[in-house]
Amino acid sequence: MARIVLQNSDITRALTRISHEILESNRGADDLVILGIPTRGVILAERIGAQIRQIEASAPVDLVGSLDVTMYRDDLAHHPTRAPQRTRVPAGGIDGKTVVLVDDVLYSGRTIRAALDAIGDLGRPRAVRLAVLVDRGHRELPIRADFVGKNLPSSTDERINVRLSEIDGSEEVSIDLATGAGA
Amino acid sequence: MRHLLSTRDLLRHDAIGLLDIAEDMSEVQNREVKKLPTLRGKTVVNLFFEDSTRTRTSFEVAAKRLSADVINFSAKGSSVSKGESLKDTAQTLAAMGADGVVIRHSASGAPQVLAQSGWIDAGVVNAGDGTHEHPTQALLDAFTMRRRIHGDSARGRDLDGVSVMIVGDVLHSRVARSNLWLLETLGAHVTFVAPATLVPVGASTWPADIRYDLDAALAEVRPDVVMMLRIQQERMNAAFFPTTREYARQWGLDDERLLALRPDSIVMHPGPMNRGLEISSRAADSAQSTVIEQVANGVSIRMAVLYSLLSGDREARS
Repeated sequence: MARIVLQNSDITRALTRISHEILESNRGADDLVILGIPTRGVILAERIGAQIRQIEASAPVDLVGSLDVTMYRDDLAHHPTRAPQRTRVPAGGIDGKTVVLVDDVLYSGRTIRAALDAIGDLGRPRAVRLAVLVDRGHRELPIRADFVGKNLPSSTDERINVRLSEIDGSEEVSIDLATGAGA
Repeated sequence: MRHLLSTRDLLRHDAIGLLDIAEDMSEVQNREVKKLPTLRGKTVVNLFFEDSTRTRTSFEVAAKRLSADVINFSAKGSSVSKGESLKDTAQTLAAMGADGVVIRHSASGAPQVLAQSGWIDAGVVNAGDGTHEHPTQALLDAFTMRRRIHGDSARGRDLDGVSVMIVGDVLHSRVARSNLWLLETLGAHVTFVAPATLVPVGASTWPADIRYDLDAALAEVRPDVVMMLRIQQERMNAAFFPTTREYARQWGLDDERLLALRPDSIVMHPGPMNRGLEISSRAADSAQSTVIEQVANGVSIRMAVLYSLLSGDREARS
């Protein structure tokens, strides 16, 4: 039984707030790079990037990129081979910049651990921050998000589904009892 | 995928998947840290029963960029030259804990034997077997064509409608065979041009046109891609053609034929080249030539193959 926890308008409001918070903590859009983690993190990153450009006219045009972490995962040997996805870094690179990682759901923290390793191979940012749409708890590593759309305490046998209109045709976050593998 | 033995049994979907992964791998080559931690703790053995510095080095670089440990095992000066059988060699490598074996062998089918024997539970990559196949070469050739033709939007694309002319020693060429099957799968059309003595008997059943006159074929087909095959030293004196000069005049890509090509045609060669024989220096060094790109792309493709074979859960694959 899927229960909807965030609707279309809730998601938009959360992303607008996160965009403002990012600008506030960075004191503007200077030296800012937003990197989304495929697949849905990239879409969220694009939306946050668009919002930031709306709020700050001086924001760089090439602000958003994508960061694939497949090759850095620690669980590769436990799953069938995964196809990696595109990594694209904005033209200015990430050296000395403030990088904001964007993902849809923060769970064990292992994806973010892999992302931090991937960033280390791309350059040396001044700081790395983390923005997520949903934080569902159950961290297995000492990792915490700086910008959170919604804290969603959940049980490990529940499943969080994030659906975004760009690829899923609808826009919502729902929660249901997992049948089989976890989220 | 558990092994890569030939391009003949590669599905279109899997082939395009490998080319797409290679695109990601090639972006790693442009970074400051050209290394991924993906195959940390895995061991790749380069088992080369035939000499091949280029292919072995390419596989070695690819494995190292993925953080695998690489052991080079060449026939010369090893236990193989003391008469050890393939079975004993394989079992020795298994006992040392090899996760992947890259094998080059003069006997067609040796990689197949190694993969299916049960002597070793490692992913096997065919790096050239006899006159049979050389799948990673075909993949890197297809990758090079796709990039030249589709540019930055190459991801996910096939080679539908591309016309490829492969010229030279088709009889002994595993590169020609692997390319034929892969290009056919990706939707390209292959024309072979060779002296009649260098066309294998069964070639008429292949999904390709066979021509004997290079000038007539070039004028008629106007190919997108011209791939020159290497004439190996030992064939030059084996009466397949009268003299090397005559071969160069009839079937070599000389300056005149280069100028007659469409300006957007690309010129490929798997290397090492015999300049002045199958390809002129001007053709090899022209802007249309992809010879150097092919070498760089070879590393990306081999990284993609090793990643696909060795990174996932080996039990979960059929």
